[in-house]
Amino acid sequence: MAAATQDMVVRTGAVTRTLIYVVLLLFALFYLLPLVVMLVNSVKPLAEITGGNMIAFPDVWTLEPWRKAWSEAQVGVQATGLKPYFWNSIKMVVPAVTISTILGALNGYVLTKWRFRGDTVLFGLMLFACFIPFQIVLIPMARVLGIFGLAGTTWGLVVVHVVYGIGFTTLYYRNYYAAFPSELVRAAQIDGASFFQIFWRILLPSSGPITVVSIIWQFTNIWNDFLFGASFADFSSQPMTVALNNLVQSSTGVKEYNVHFAGAILAALPTLLVYIVAGRYFVRGLMAGSVKG
Amino acid sequence: MARLNQKFIGAVAAAVLVAGGAHSADVEVLHWWTSGGEAAALNVLKQDLEDQGIGWNDMPVAGGGGEQAMTVLRARVTAGNAPTAVQMLGFDILDWAAQGALANLNDVAEQEGWDAVVPTALQAFAKHDGKWISAPVNVHSTNWVWANKALLDSHGISAPDSWEEFTAAVEKLAAAGVTPIAFGGQPWQEATAFDAVVMSTGGPSFYKSAFIDLNENALGSETMKEAFDRMAFIRAHVDDNFSGRDWNLATAMVINGEAAFQMMGDWAKGEFLNAGKNPGSDFLCFRFPGTAGQVTFNADQFAMFDQGGTVSAEQAALASAILSPSFQSAFNVVKGSVPARTDVSDADFDACGKQGMKDLAAAASSGNLFGSMAHGHAAPAAVKNAVYDVVTAHFNGEYDSETAVEELVSAISIAQ
Amino acid sequence: MTITAKLTMRDRLQVWLPKLVLSPSLALTLVFVYGFILFTAYLSFTDSRILPSYGWVGWENYVKLFSLRHWEVAVTNMAVFAVLYMAICTAIGLMLAILLDQKIRGEGILRPIYLYPMALSFIVSGTAWKWMLDPGIGLENTMHALGWVNFQFDWIKNRDFAIYTVVLAAVWQTSGFVMAMFLAGLRGIDNDILKAAQIDGASNWNLYRRICIPLLRPAFLSAFVILAHLAIKTYDLVIALTGGGPGRATELPATFMYSYTFTRNQMGIGAASATIMLMTIAAIMIPYLYSELRERR
Repeated sequence: MAAATQDMVVRTGAVTRTLIYVVLLLFALFYLLPLVVMLVNSVKPLAEITGGNMIAFPDVWTLEPWRKAWSEAQVGVQATGLKPYFWNSIKMVVPAVTISTILGALNGYVLTKWRFRGDTVLFGLMLFACFIPFQIVLIPMARVLGIFGLAGTTWGLVVVHVVYGIGFTTLYYRNYYAAFPSELVRAAQIDGASFFQIFWRILLPSSGPITVVSIIWQFTNIWNDFLFGASFADFSSQPMTVALNNLVQSSTGVKEYNVHFAGAILAALPTLLVYIVAGRYFVRGLMAGSVKG
Repeated sequence: MARLNQKFIGAVAAAVLVAGGAHSADVEVLHWWTSGGEAAALNVLKQDLEDQGIGWNDMPVAGGGGEQAMTVLRARVTAGNAPTAVQMLGFDILDWAAQGALANLNDVAEQEGWDAVVPTALQAFAKHDGKWISAPVNVHSTNWVWANKALLDSHGISAPDSWEEFTAAVEKLAAAGVTPIAFGGQPWQEATAFDAVVMSTGGPSFYKSAFIDLNENALGSETMKEAFDRMAFIRAHVDDNFSGRDWNLATAMVINGEAAFQMMGDWAKGEFLNAGKNPGSDFLCFRFPGTAGQVTFNADQFAMFDQGGTVSAEQAALASAILSPSFQSAFNVVKGSVPARTDVSDADFDACGKQGMKDLAAAASSGNLFGSMAHGHAAPAAVKNAVYDVVTAHFNGEYDSETAVEELVSAISIAQ
Repeated sequence: MTITAKLTMRDRLQVWLPKLVLSPSLALTLVFVYGFILFTAYLSFTDSRILPSYGWVGWENYVKLFSLRHWEVAVTNMAVFAVLYMAICTAIGLMLAILLDQKIRGEGILRPIYLYPMALSFIVSGTAWKWMLDPGIGLENTMHALGWVNFQFDWIKNRDFAIYTVVLAAVWQTSGFVMAMFLAGLRGIDNDILKAAQIDGASNWNLYRRICIPLLRPAFLSAFVILAHLAIKTYDLVIALTGGGPGRATELPATFMYSYTFTRNQMGIGAASATIMLMTIAAIMIPYLYSELRERR
């Protein structure tokens, strides 16, 4: 694993460098544009949005839409804002991410360091599972959750997200551990270390980067999921995305676009934070995982 | 509110307390009324129940005019965890009743005399096999036109009564450089206009034969082709930017004087009122030209899901609260629709609301009240969506009226 | 792994433990993925409408499916969308990664800017995209206001071009993520190899073309798997952006399947379309995974 501060090997001239900067900045603009549109409109009074240019900067700045989206927008019969649903999402995301990451790490460990006949086929089976379109599992999954009494509960949602997340976490850890020197594992085995001891003492301590990748990936996907959250939760466990959808998608009522945008950014804040804070580790983790497959 | 119900509830509440926990005396309600006015109106119902000691567990799922909620319902029923009551439209109710999933509300209905006060055309969707299975909340009528009065006045145009007058007005406006029709190019909005156009082109008996009886001769007729031609006329007089536009942005065009007419259901009124406009002086509401005597409707109802054989006391209380005149009035004043029972006082309603109630009562008594195809009250969901496919493809120029008629016949036969 | 001859209780446990650890995940996958796929395939031969029902109708649903113009449109769109989306994302991702790898000042700021779209769902960013692409209020209008009167960008309203706006928004969301994967790959390449090549007089262009890109092969695999699965699952993007319109011009198999299964109460046809979709995915992915996994042994 080379450090991020690699020596400059490729040399470029001043013109080329300017050109590179221009291209990079143009792309930054492209990526930022939708966020800017959302931010600008979330601090505008509604009349300015429906009556004028939706992309212009506001004449009057207001934080009212933000307050409204968080604590008093109508997302159901009671004007609760998004606040209560935030907690529902946290209660679902934390266990789901934790469990799927642990399972992925163990699977990756077994599939690379304790190989057996047919392990590649099993890995292929799990990898292919990543491709199942979620719409087709709704009805049978509902039946299964009903049978186990998990319908309409946060734990039901956790189970669903773990099931459809292990394919990815296994992929990440398998690729990462494949690059880990097997000699160390073999040496420990000869010393009589057990299966879990080897995992705990030898692999886990150096698994930081890939764990960051796995957590970011799972956290984003589960936090942003709408279909499962809407279908398998009941009134007491609906996650944030369902509330946001209720706020934004109201059918035959007045649309408060400024509140919608404020709500959308609020709902996205945790994932945005995760990306920004952990972003640098993310590339490092991918680096370790993807290169030496 | 019936007194017997209260007693009934009291007894059940006592039984529940013995069984340990008041939790089962709650109702869980799945609905998609999440915008400010709608949810506030629904809150009236919630308060009503809470005064009777019944808790309200709110399960809102918005999106696609209830499509998202219906998906969720499918999952909930499959899991054996159906909500107590579910907001539903038209044929969805009958489909679920056919699955045997709904409760029989006949006791409440009989006691409160629903048969006498709910229009027959509406009862067709609230009863299955002679049993009441759901409680209607409102009647929306979909063949309205909304117009900017100042804009019409300045061009010397009055509300058109016939298709010919309408086309003349539209062409006059177009010649003056005004966008005549504000339009949202989403399949359901296109189909809403198509409903009215078909009604106006062929008259009520043609509408019934084509959309309710799904008669192939009517569907493939010259009259239907004429209806598609009229859609093409409308298409030619909307702005370039109509495709994908939300209905309320189209309404805003009329409010702001950027366009003259919008064909939309009565819920558009809320947008005008919210913008501080007054019916009659700032904006006009009138029936789609050529459909003055008819009302095409869609009605929101709460279907009651079977909770193990009998109607639970909470369900009975909820059903009777929904059909109480006070709730019917309070809710519909806010929502823009009209009450589902015809004996409610119109005192609290504005000009458009009063007009709507009068039209509904007249249409109901003269047999001119028809379910809207676009809103799932003329034919089951599969057929409705097949109509959407053809109308939207034709409206967006994928094929001409002749092909559209052929496609309509074949798409409906596949969907059945 | 060599196993010592003495099979005590503990050793025997050690032999079985790895398989034991793997088995819960495997069981979950078998039931919840492959079991459900079989169930769906079965439903496609039944008369299921609002809920699953088990009256056998043979190939009827498939016959209906292939007589629907709507399905034809969805399949064509999928091909156009998947090819463009995957190709453009890979190209932009690779380009940005190479450019960012040139010791760029401010990389720490640029990288999160490129990456953040992946953190947002289209429930969040859909409306913003819809507005920007709308010629009446978005980019075109803004350009006109800025004085560039001839600027035209009305793809989203045009039946023949609307699918490309879906590609554009999808590329916006994932290309930064692909960039991160390639950047990681580039950073992992041993500098000595590059230096040696440079001494041999290789140009910058050749350095990347001949040495770096071939060494990025694992990154290409990860990118392919992630992009392919996102392409197939693209659903909420279409709903948020165009709702499948104008007309039915941007329908994809996922929206088609959802619509028939859930909003049209024709679950049989929905299941048939899902089965076709899964078989297509399998036909593409299995040979690819097979060759990749076999080589890595």
